[in-house]
This record gives sequence, C-alpha cells and structure tokens, in this order.
Amino acid sequence: MWRYPLSFLVLLAFLFAGDALAHAARLPLPGSVLGMLLLAGSLRLGWIRPALVQPAAELLIRHMALLFVPAGVGLMTYFGLLGREWLPVVAASIVSTVTVMAVVGWMQQRLERDA
Amino acid sequence: MPDAAAIVLSLAATLGVYAAARAFQRRIGSVVLHPVLVSIIVLIVALRMLGIEYEDYDRGGRVLTFLLGPAVVALGLPLHRQMEEIGRKRNAVLLTILVGSVAGALTATVTAALLGASDEVIRSLIPRSVTTPIAIGIAGRVGGLPALSAAVSILTGVLGAVIGPPLLRALGIRSPTAFGLALGAAAHGVGTARAAEEGDVEAASAALAIGLMGVFTAVLAPLAIGVLLRLGWLN
Repeated sequence: MWRYPLSFLVLLAFLFAGDALAHAARLPLPGSVLGMLLLAGSLRLGWIRPALVQPAAELLIRHMALLFVPAGVGLMTYFGLLGREWLPVVAASIVSTVTVMAVVGWMQQRLERDA
Repeated sequence: MPDAAAIVLSLAATLGVYAAARAFQRRIGSVVLHPVLVSIIVLIVALRMLGIEYEDYDRGGRVLTFLLGPAVVALGLPLHRQMEEIGRKRNAVLLTILVGSVAGALTATVTAALLGASDEVIRSLIPRSVTTPIAIGIAGRVGGLPALSAAVSILTGVLGAVIGPPLLRALGIRSPTAFGLALGAAAHGVGTARAAEEGDVEAASAALAIGLMGVFTAVLAPLAIGVLLRLGWLN
C-alpha cells in the first residue's frame, strides 16, 4: 500500500517543480502543465521508472472527472453573466468543436497518406 | 458551521451525487447525461434550494479542486507512453494538434466576439477544447473566469463526443489515428472515452491529443490574447 502515498508524493514534487519553474522563468504556463511535461521528459530520459508514479497517477486519471465538479458548481456565481451571454458561449462552443474535430481528423489523415 | 463539518458535508455531498449520477448514466447508457454535467446541475439546484453560499460549499470542494494539480501532472505518464507508441507519426501528430489548437482558440473567440460577448467571456473561451483541469489553469492566467472555462470545457466534451463520430464518418476519416486524435483534441476526456469504444489505437491517439492540446493551448493562449487585443476584438 505504501506505493500509493509514495507515488502521490512524487506527483506533488513534480507539481511543485512545475510551479517553481513557471514562477522563476515567468512562463505563461500553469505549473501543473509544466509538471506534466517535466514528468514525461523524466520518464523519457529514464530518470524515473513509470512504476514509481503509476499507482497514484492511474487512480487520479481514472477519477479525474469527479475532481472538476466543485469548479463547475462555481458556475452558480456567474448566472447573471451567463443569462446575458448564453448565445455567444453556446454558438462559439459548437462552431469551435466542429472546426477542431474536422481540421484535426482531416489533416492527420492527409499527412499519413502523404508519408 | 465549524470548518471540519462544512468540509466533510460538502465532500460527502459531492461524492454521493457524483456516484449516483454515474450509476444513473450506466443504467441509461446516454452520452448526453454525462455524470459531471448531471452532478453540477444537481449540486447547484440543491445549494440554491438550501440557501447555501458557494463559498461555504467550496470549503470542502477546494480539497477536490486541489487534487486537479497532481492529476494534470499524472497525465505525463500516458503522454510519455503514447509519444513512444506513436513512433514515426510523431511529427505529423505534433503539427496536426498545433493547427487544431490555433483553430480552436480562434474560431471560439472570433465567434463570441462577433456575437457581442464581453471581454471576460471571450477570454474564458480560449481554453475551451482543453481538458477541464488545464482549462481552469489557463483561464486564470489570461483573465478569464475559471468556473466558466470549466463549464464550457465540460459542455464541449459532451458535445464533441455526441457529434464527433458521425461528423468524422461523414468527412471520410478512416485512419484510426486521425479518428482518435480528432475526438481527443475537440472533446478531451469525454471524447477519449468515446474513442475507446472504437478501438485501442483510437483511445491512445485521443489520450495523446489531450496532453498536446493542453500544452499547445497553454503556450498559445497569451499570444491569442495579444492578437485579439491588436485586432480590437478585446479591450
């Protein structure tokens, strides 16, 4: 069982490193994203083994959806704003979702055919 | 109410509502009734009816929100595995997701600006296609409203998972890598779950798209703000 707290601590260490790096280098990236890149890089260079982070990482990823429920509930504080601006929000979401889907699917298939 | 009691109560309520919403979706088998969407609606209605302020609920909610940090870091593990697996397609994938990230941020912000959205809303829409925990982080950095970005990201995920497969088939997308990347890039976690129903290559490609979309959009978001300011779409 100690593998869970240990792997969680390793993830927290990468989060801390990401935060510190973002702050020190004044990078416009969330510390968590930098931490993710640092972790992927460390794994790639063989500095750490996947098994070291795997237990907590897989647990957190499996239940990640639950973790953003409180942030979503925070929407209740913006009801006034949303009441006025629901149309641009919904329209932008639909247009942009269709565009990203079509552009990525089409372009990847095209590049694979040419390769 | 004492702090510990408030924390325990709101954590219990969140976990209970989420577990029930998940069981409900399993029984119904509908993508539209995504458990996150259902949980958020149920909790907002319940807090309103009980007259509880969001700040009080969030004393417990913050505990879960904090865990999003290590959860995003954890995505480095599948990102590493998928980059190894994708092999010689790597450059094509990087280029495709880069273009997808720019297209997503531009179409969302320009559409919203044309329809007269306010600055805060336009800024909140930039990380729309990005997985929710990263979207929250980006929104905070570019002057958007993190809760709005979270909600739009969740809605986008559900929307993309529903319209994605028929849209991609209509476009004649047959490459499993392209199919998975498109679902992951446009609809992140929910899209990846949908891609997993198609096959392993689709699932792995979608997972890769989530990580890359998050990184590229995080890097490009401040640039997008600069472009929008210069064009006069933002003040």
